[in-house]
Amino acid sequence: MLSRVADSLYWMSRYLERAENTVRLLDVTMGLMLDPGGANAEQRWQRMTAALGRPVGIEWNGSLEAMARKLVFDQVDPSSVTFCVSAARENARQVREEISTEQWQRLNRLFHQIHSPNAQAQYATSASDMLASVVDGIHLFQGVGDSTMIHGQGWQFIRLGRSLERAYATATLLEVYQSELFHAHERESSGYQYLELVGLLRCCTAFEAYCQVYTADLSPERILEFLVLNRDFPHAIRYCVENIRTAIESIQRTGGRRSPEDVFAGVGKLHAMLGYTTIGEILAGDAAAFLHNIRAQCLRIHELVYRNYVQYSIQSALAV
Amino acid sequence: MTAGHPVELEPLFGDYPLDQAFDEMRAPGGEVRPQYRALAETLASLPADELRRRKQSVDLAFLTQGITFTVYGREEGTERIFPYDLLPRLVTAQEWDRIERGLTQRITALNLFLRDVYSEAKILADRIIPRDLIYSCRHYRRQMRGLQVPRNVYIAVVGSDLLRLNSGEFVVLEDNLRVPSGVSYMLTNRRVMKRTFPQLFSSYGVRPIEHYPQVLLATLRSLAPEGRPEPNIVLLTPGVFNSAYFEHTYLARQMGIDLVEGRDLVTHDNIVYMRTTDGLKRVDVIYRRVDDDFSDPLVFRSDSALGCAGLFNAYRAGNVTMANAFGSGLADDKAVYAFVPKMIRYYLNEDPILPNVETFLLSEEKDRKHVLANLDKLVVKAVGESGGYGMLIGPQSSARQREDFACQIEANPRNYIAQPTLDFSRAPCLVDDRLEPRHVDLRPYILFGDKINIVPGGLTRVALEKGSLVVNSSQGGGSKDTWVLE
Repeated sequence: MLSRVADSLYWMSRYLERAENTVRLLDVTMGLMLDPGGANAEQRWQRMTAALGRPVGIEWNGSLEAMARKLVFDQVDPSSVTFCVSAARENARQVREEISTEQWQRLNRLFHQIHSPNAQAQYATSASDMLASVVDGIHLFQGVGDSTMIHGQGWQFIRLGRSLERAYATATLLEVYQSELFHAHERESSGYQYLELVGLLRCCTAFEAYCQVYTADLSPERILEFLVLNRDFPHAIRYCVENIRTAIESIQRTGGRRSPEDVFAGVGKLHAMLGYTTIGEILAGDAAAFLHNIRAQCLRIHELVYRNYVQYSIQSALAV
Repeated sequence: MTAGHPVELEPLFGDYPLDQAFDEMRAPGGEVRPQYRALAETLASLPADELRRRKQSVDLAFLTQGITFTVYGREEGTERIFPYDLLPRLVTAQEWDRIERGLTQRITALNLFLRDVYSEAKILADRIIPRDLIYSCRHYRRQMRGLQVPRNVYIAVVGSDLLRLNSGEFVVLEDNLRVPSGVSYMLTNRRVMKRTFPQLFSSYGVRPIEHYPQVLLATLRSLAPEGRPEPNIVLLTPGVFNSAYFEHTYLARQMGIDLVEGRDLVTHDNIVYMRTTDGLKRVDVIYRRVDDDFSDPLVFRSDSALGCAGLFNAYRAGNVTMANAFGSGLADDKAVYAFVPKMIRYYLNEDPILPNVETFLLSEEKDRKHVLANLDKLVVKAVGESGGYGMLIGPQSSARQREDFACQIEANPRNYIAQPTLDFSRAPCLVDDRLEPRHVDLRPYILFGDKINIVPGGLTRVALEKGSLVVNSSQGGGSKDTWVLE
């Protein structure tokens, strides 16, 4: 497959995952703000933006309504949902021949949906419904892709992009939350505390899945264990890294003339770390540093993938 | 489709005007032409808002499928759907037969001409075409002299524009030998029509066109360099900002070949490779949708970032095939066009089946005098332009515009030709729930590999503005599906 095409598919997928993540965080944060007490509105907003990687352009300015709107609809701010959807579509448009028609139509429809004046009106009536419809659109796109696209290299690059973006986002979210969860105050099992924990799980669509594994008894340690080390839950970091590993192995199997040792080593290291660490060890050490390390390794994997499949030098390719 | 009792057609047409221009659907007396009878009856039997409903559903389908083109020179809304008219244009088997034979003859001659000009140039030596006309052509490529192209085919993909005059006869307005576009609209129009008027379509016995991508692929494969039995064929696009980008992706997908941009290609030792996730892969045939000028910065325009350095040398070395060959644009220069009937006589010793439009060469003094005196009656065109740019339509121009053009002609007469303002045929279109006549042309697509192949049909382009004579999509034109009947 053309390197440029792989690159576009990878970014299409990352941008959509990013849009979905932003929508979910915003929806959860605005939901939490309905309940007074606990953190105030500004703290919550700051926490959310930190979890989104502190994008410039949406700093707290006192008007929640205006900021939230900007985060959804702004066309030029690269952190906005609209921008991410447009960027995903632009990437898809450049590889229109690689994705299925059904997939393209789904994404195109989502693009026109979010750009239409109706979207703003719908948001004014019920922000939550409107945000849910965006997530629906993204899920439909992914579902259609999984069932209509050849599961070859292109599909693997899509999967790679989604998993890497998701692992990174979950690690960032937990890093932001962990000081609050474990250090800030002595444990008070108030209703507000409960709401915050549910909010954290909802950010990863993990509430119901968590309850199935641990019952509704929410504790910060178990939440951390679940979101980092669970091997079966799609938003857990370990699950994502497992996906990254299989995606790269498949890419290598279906072509792979170049020497992939360093990519394998980069992924294998993170994979092993998550596979052989217990929650007790994480909590005994520096949890923040552990999460930060996961993010750094994700960035490293991105770089290695690029160097091996997308931006390799001509000399190295001719030498093989 | 013979109705038991005649359907009342009068209300359908209302005050639909008929004059000396050929109407595709109605004879001068007002009666519906026999081949259009079934279509007219179907329309008359539908409530007006039913047509509107179908039209809306088609528009929506185009938008969600992203079947759009890009308009240059505008900041916002640069992506537009291609306006589409719901009523098909019909071509009878007899009319098509003539078109097919005429185009085959014409393309054969044009290809022989290119081969001749880039090798011995006998036609110039025999003074059939003036030497300076050829060597002053902007699209003449000195680099192509003496180069042997595979199967001697220069023009693998051609789109010729036909008009129908008042007499009902088809004439050729121009040949597009560089990168003719629009074939994706021909194919999507057909798909949409089959969905919108299924019964009508099946009752008509329309000849299929859906195999075009397959024929194109076979054409490209037949032109592969020697010794490459499993050629790697790619489509080279300027990229996502090109007006025909949708078409490039569409064709690549339908043919199952890679769509590459210049930045995907590298050359090494006169071999073209593309960068893939598995390393470099050799490229054998390039279906080129990038103009000569932008294809190779080492040989053509050095400021182009769209092409690939070294492409031309790889081509010269015979390691890669270009479709169409560099320098093919020479033969669609609008001044060279005037000599196509002479080429047909010279190379094939036949009379042209499809005539040309009368053309004045402004480099000839006699012609120039005549044209300058009659600017208000003629159409003046720049010879190297396409897409409806660089044109003066005399009867619709202002005195100021005519003055401007006169100055430009005096400054560079070789750059212009003039033709009479043609009263070409009109076909009924759906405008505000009513039928109104609009000017149409016809662009069939000709493929030339081991033989000439024309899928029965083409793109009927419509000048959607009332009274307008310009059908180009960049100038507000639309399209219709074209049904060639069995």
